[in-house]
Amino acid sequence: MGEIKVKEKEVVTPGDILASGMDYIPTDGAFRDGEDVIASQVGLVNIKGRLIKVMPFNGVYIPKMDDVVIGRVSDMTFSSWFVNVRYAYDGVLSLKDASSDYIERGADLSAYFAIGDYVVAKVTKVTKSMAIDLTMKGPGLKKLTTGTVVEITPQKVPRVVGKMGSMISMIKETTGCQVIAAQNGRIWIGGKEPKMERLAIEAIQLIEENAHKSGLTEKVKDFLTKGAKK
Amino acid sequence: MIQRKYIESLAKAGLRADGRAFDEYRKPISVEYGVSAKSAEGSARIKIGDTEVIAGVKMELGKPYPDKPDQGSIMVNVELLPMASPRFESGPPSIDAIELARVVDRAIRESGSINFKKLCIEPGEQCWTVIIDIYPINADGNLFDACSLAALAAVKDAKMPKLNGDVVDYKNKTDEGLPLEKEALECTVYKVGGQLLVDPTVDEELAATARLTVGVTDTNHICAMQKGGFETLTEEEVLKIVDMAIEKTTELRKELKNGKPYKI
Amino acid sequence: MSYKKRFDGRKLTETRPMIAKIGVVKNAVGSAMFQIGKTRAIAAVYGPRELHPKHLQNPSSGRLRCHYNMMAFSGSGDRVRPGPSRRSKEISYVTEQALSPVLDLSSFPKTVVDVYIELVQTDAGTRCAGICAASMALADAGIRMKDLVTAISVGLVAGTAVVDLDYDEEAHEEGAVDIPVAMTPRDGQITLLQLDGDISKEDFAKALKLAKDACAEIYEVQKQALKEKYTEDKK
Repeated sequence: MGEIKVKEKEVVTPGDILASGMDYIPTDGAFRDGEDVIASQVGLVNIKGRLIKVMPFNGVYIPKMDDVVIGRVSDMTFSSWFVNVRYAYDGVLSLKDASSDYIERGADLSAYFAIGDYVVAKVTKVTKSMAIDLTMKGPGLKKLTTGTVVEITPQKVPRVVGKMGSMISMIKETTGCQVIAAQNGRIWIGGKEPKMERLAIEAIQLIEENAHKSGLTEKVKDFLTKGAKK
Repeated sequence: MIQRKYIESLAKAGLRADGRAFDEYRKPISVEYGVSAKSAEGSARIKIGDTEVIAGVKMELGKPYPDKPDQGSIMVNVELLPMASPRFESGPPSIDAIELARVVDRAIRESGSINFKKLCIEPGEQCWTVIIDIYPINADGNLFDACSLAALAAVKDAKMPKLNGDVVDYKNKTDEGLPLEKEALECTVYKVGGQLLVDPTVDEELAATARLTVGVTDTNHICAMQKGGFETLTEEEVLKIVDMAIEKTTELRKELKNGKPYKI
Repeated sequence: MSYKKRFDGRKLTETRPMIAKIGVVKNAVGSAMFQIGKTRAIAAVYGPRELHPKHLQNPSSGRLRCHYNMMAFSGSGDRVRPGPSRRSKEISYVTEQALSPVLDLSSFPKTVVDVYIELVQTDAGTRCAGICAASMALADAGIRMKDLVTAISVGLVAGTAVVDLDYDEEAHEEGAVDIPVAMTPRDGQITLLQLDGDISKEDFAKALKLAKDACAEIYEVQKQALKEKYTEDKK
């Protein structure tokens, strides 16, 4: 048999015993140590039947295949660019994945993407040693030429997006800004008015600070409505 | 580089990313005295927005310099702790750390804020050196002003240790403060998108083309200056910056007065 | 001669008052402050991130790198000259070894997790305070850990067994034995153990038991601090 020792949505820390007995299966943020299932990260307990996991509040970005990321070009060779995606290692964007245009070998690569440029890209491959391949070919993938980028904890991005995109839509509608929230915790905001851009940024910061609390949607809605009126 | 373009275009339109005015410091500015009360002769923690700096004073006994036998001295050291920013690396002091230390030193020294003659115990034989060590804990822009404020706050907080002949009794401080006769503070104005602004964020610092640090005494005299950045300032800009610095250091000096004892 | 009444009036097995706070360095991925008595340590974590120089990279796992430093004015008396000393390098090294057993960095090959520990004010027990702060900072950073790590110094002062020696006790004229210990509280394993002094086997075994009890207390302080950050105020 077995016993669950914590409640759903309880805050736990590494070393906390979540359950005892072989019935329960640890997934993310938890591991088995003998009879017990133990938390390995600070986060919220999530129990689904026999699966127990901990949703961590914090952590660095871990690239996964198909992630949409906002990267910053950090270096280039004659046939590829290195792109910082807020991970320990830069992603690689090779010539063939950079553009639907045909880029000749020996062309000036910086004409396409120069060091310091921000780009919206997609992760196509993650190897075992965490080498990452990127592509810019696809809908919505592009170089960013205006606006600004803010960084938040990657774990909080789902809260910024909201269920079925509801939160991010609310931000876009109230502020009139375009917003791209990438998995790696970078968010691009582009609008016509600096005041509205700032409102969007502050709303995102509000979400980051209160991500773990309930009533967040109301709070953000309130904040945006008040801010838009000013 | 869109971040730079963004900041510059905002500046050209008279705006800043966080909505502040060009001559506005972030809030809150806090000064807390005695952050290392048990160990240091004087210490302080200051915050300007999210920039946080801790400074401490140690008094060392030594021999005066031969060319200034009746004077003590100061030494200022800044360590850009790697914990304060992902951009700071471990290792010997970088040129940024050295420049910060020398600029903070300049204002205190050249203004005569500390009376060096009163640091002399026996001419030619014994004098005090006031050593100020400054540590940014979180670097979020404007380290020049933050370090200058922290240094002065630590000096204000300091009490002379007891002296038993040749031996310093660090455990027992006297009630006597340091011979602080003036309060020189520095304000740095950055040129961004052709505009002059104070208390930059990190993005604003990266977008700046030049900066000028001005040390100002409590009688609104200039006691130190340092231009930084690889581009130019006009004469008009320099004079405007001096005006801004005089106004802002007066405000910062008020924060020192409003400082509270450090409580965790 | 035995040391019956402690200089600060504490019971023999009593630790000094402790305060722990999370998230004290905003730029860092994770951070924490741990204070015990007058000793205060701040720890900040960056990473996993790229490790330079390349020849130090481990192709099958990330590395933990600890950097212990005392602020120049944080000592008990003279100024501490800035820069790494042999003492601070040794403490950095044993701190790494104290924290490594709980970390699993195999999913971050070739990277480094940097833990910076700064002492703002000291009154003995600094490496232990540093480890307590670092352990919380690593948890705050979301690094996967098998458990937290707690640390405390125990020992003898003038022949009497005590917990959490302060500076004056370490310097007692009749001699002291200082034993910093770090443990993983859940399974009671020891990750740091050092000893300075002259002590019998029996007294040592007793001291170790005292360390275990004290560590259980510290564990609660650390957990509480980590949870506090995320627990909503119950109205």
